[in-house]
Amino acid sequence: MVFGSPLVAFILTLVAGVVLFQIMGVNPFDALYAFFVEPLTSLYGWGELGVKATPLVLIAVALSIGFRAGVWNIGAEGQLTLGAICGGGVALLFYDVEGFWVLPLMIAAGIGGGMLWAAIPALLRTRFNANEILTSLMLTYVATLLLSMLVHGPWRDPDGFNFPESRIFSESATLPLILGGTRLHLGWIFALLAVAAGWLLMSRTIIGFQVKVVGEAPAAGRYAGFRVRRVIWFTLLLGGGAAGLAGLIEVSGPIGQLLPSISPGYGFTAIIVAFVGRLHPVGVLFAGLLLALSYLGGESAQISLNLPLAVTGVFQGLLLFFLLACDVLIHYEVRWRSNTLTSTRSG
Amino acid sequence: MHPVLLSAQNMTRTFPGVVANDAVSLALREGEIHALLGENGAGKSTLVKMIYGVLRPDSGSLVWNGKEVSISSPSTARSLGIAMVFQHFSLFDALTVFENIYLGLDKNTNAENLKKEISAISERYGLPLDPDRHVYTLSVGERQRIEIIRCLLQNPKLLVMDEPTSVLTPQEVEKLFQTLRQLADEGMAILYISHKLDEIKQLCEHATILRDGRVVDSVEVVNETAASLAEKMMGQALSPSLDSIAPQREKLMLLVNELNADTDDQYGIRLRGINLQAYAGEIVGIAGVAGNGQEELLKAVSGETLLATSSMVKLNAVECGKYGPNRRRKLGLACIPEERLGHGSVPGMSLKDNALLTSFKRLGLLTRGFIRSAAAVDFTHRIIERFDVRYRDHQSLASSLSGGNLQKFIVGREMAQNPDVLVVSQPTWGVDAGAAQTIRASIQTLAGEGSAVVVISQDLDELMSICHRIGAICAGRLSDFYPVGDITVQQVGLLMAGAESLEGDGS
Repeated sequence: MVFGSPLVAFILTLVAGVVLFQIMGVNPFDALYAFFVEPLTSLYGWGELGVKATPLVLIAVALSIGFRAGVWNIGAEGQLTLGAICGGGVALLFYDVEGFWVLPLMIAAGIGGGMLWAAIPALLRTRFNANEILTSLMLTYVATLLLSMLVHGPWRDPDGFNFPESRIFSESATLPLILGGTRLHLGWIFALLAVAAGWLLMSRTIIGFQVKVVGEAPAAGRYAGFRVRRVIWFTLLLGGGAAGLAGLIEVSGPIGQLLPSISPGYGFTAIIVAFVGRLHPVGVLFAGLLLALSYLGGESAQISLNLPLAVTGVFQGLLLFFLLACDVLIHYEVRWRSNTLTSTRSG
Repeated sequence: MHPVLLSAQNMTRTFPGVVANDAVSLALREGEIHALLGENGAGKSTLVKMIYGVLRPDSGSLVWNGKEVSISSPSTARSLGIAMVFQHFSLFDALTVFENIYLGLDKNTNAENLKKEISAISERYGLPLDPDRHVYTLSVGERQRIEIIRCLLQNPKLLVMDEPTSVLTPQEVEKLFQTLRQLADEGMAILYISHKLDEIKQLCEHATILRDGRVVDSVEVVNETAASLAEKMMGQALSPSLDSIAPQREKLMLLVNELNADTDDQYGIRLRGINLQAYAGEIVGIAGVAGNGQEELLKAVSGETLLATSSMVKLNAVECGKYGPNRRRKLGLACIPEERLGHGSVPGMSLKDNALLTSFKRLGLLTRGFIRSAAAVDFTHRIIERFDVRYRDHQSLASSLSGGNLQKFIVGREMAQNPDVLVVSQPTWGVDAGAAQTIRASIQTLAGEGSAVVVISQDLDELMSICHRIGAICAGRLSDFYPVGDITVQQVGLLMAGAESLEGDGS
């Protein structure tokens, strides 16, 4: 049942897609072909799939660990942005320096930036019991505006004709490619390592055990001697670090510079990835590939069928919607009954 | 003899894998207090739920006042004149008594009239209750009165009471019985569910005894003894509990010294000036009505609540008031909380993971943060074998075990770690008689091997039968302790009601 529900949700998404395309006056089967098959008809397309899946998988593996603990970090987009700012800042600082150490330093700065941004909700939650859903989400907008301010102002490329863009990163600040003829880069390896590490952490170590116990039954966690606060800090920093790394990978990989907008919502889509992947690292890997395909499919449908880009968002939303609906309907039964209690008026 | 009010004929109800009720028949007369007697899992609840319309029978019929009826929902049952007081109350803590009653009514009523009716009923049946008090300020006994009044407002002909005394002090039980007798004298039929034999001897005229979903006998209570009823209920005679000799009080294992603890919980209890000693080989009992600080006390001793000064708790002469649970476990402590699911175990996790929950430090089941899976499985099997836990495999979820089996598992997990000090809360609450006996015997064995045991329980009979010394907790304060030989059940009742000691009581 646990694994059936994503499958049912996917099928329902396809059915809803058929209806949707029909209404829009497009042949639904052409549209679905353009959306789900066409992007994968070339090696380059497969490379792109890995490029898009990289941030999704990286972030979703970490987020799913937090979700298992009942810590709802939904601000990964902001942590991603801050990772890009910090890592990218290092690249800009050393733009005329060659050295093998530049990239590792950027990675460290990217992870650190994401962690820093996630530390704020962690502190607010553990000190003042402020809901991390709200604080992490709101910080996303702060981070986006911060990036915008930097690339419009101090970090703008002096030779860039006043476009709001930073310098192009140097060779030593760029992630190496790993598959000829594609844009697939080293980040994909990081994502695969994250899946392996996430699986090891959750299934074999006492840390993962702690996370699961605290998420399932906080009182039993305290009884076992686990500290809920520590789990909150750990999962938020982990999510922030992973998102920061993903942000750094984006700017030093496919993008190669800082722009006002560096992510088509990877941090939010990763939430869908985590749930479609059943909060399990291996499931997240497959879900990440599926949602990456939805980005590619959206672009391809835009080109070949003139569909609006919003199709991507609609498909992602439908998938999450049907998944949550399936999860609920598998566990609960809907009963229709009339309301027998009418309002009472004393008099 | 009064006419038959309700007769259930050949009621059968199956659940996947179990026949919960197999052709159960029962006849209830007006004005009669009728006991429904059986162990946990014998099918009492299933039968009552069918009568009250919560469950539909697979087959069988209900005849009410000579007419066959189909009871499809609790509201149908109420409209016929059947009312029920559940074991677990459904009350809103933050609302007043009156608001709770008003909310629970089926039909629209005038608020002023309702208030008058409530005071009339509470006066007439000796159920004193202030309608304007908030529920969280009330004792469990008072909360039960709300439920009873709520039922009586519907003028029922049949009142069903599900284990009503499990949360009451002996004095409160006596009051409840008076009310029930008065109701029966006025012609109401009462179906009284219990497994406490002496209560049934005191209160009931007729008893229907269930075992494994079948009626094994239907008897006049006057013709029976508690022992003969027990034999029918369990299908075998109870083996007498081990005679325990009070140990020499030589080695102090657990010392709780002037312990104070506040609570974050709005409805929690503040512990004040708690003093407690447990010596090697000794079983100390703490009686008390639920919600008087038992949970808070257990958490303060276990380390789940950290204390202000380290001298408040001493284990094996080590001050550890500021230690967390695992450092206290290292000092030889084991604790078993009252709530099995969600506190003592994680419902959605396997038995193996639940075995790990409290043992990973003390038994060294970790290497460099990695779980030694094979060792954990071994440990799980050891618990399961020693305590005869019925399960499918070590991957079974804790929530899939029956209450008694899960409790045996949890008790087994702590016992298998050979603690020097065991603190256990409500060890046999909601557990069938067989499992309860296993658990009590294992507690006695542990003490016999030289460990100190503190048993916190609402079940006075249990405490009187296994403990060496007994005291009570009331409103976050602990009474003095007395050897069980020197104190009567009635005196413990006084301690449970808040007396700090028995001096000046003439005892």
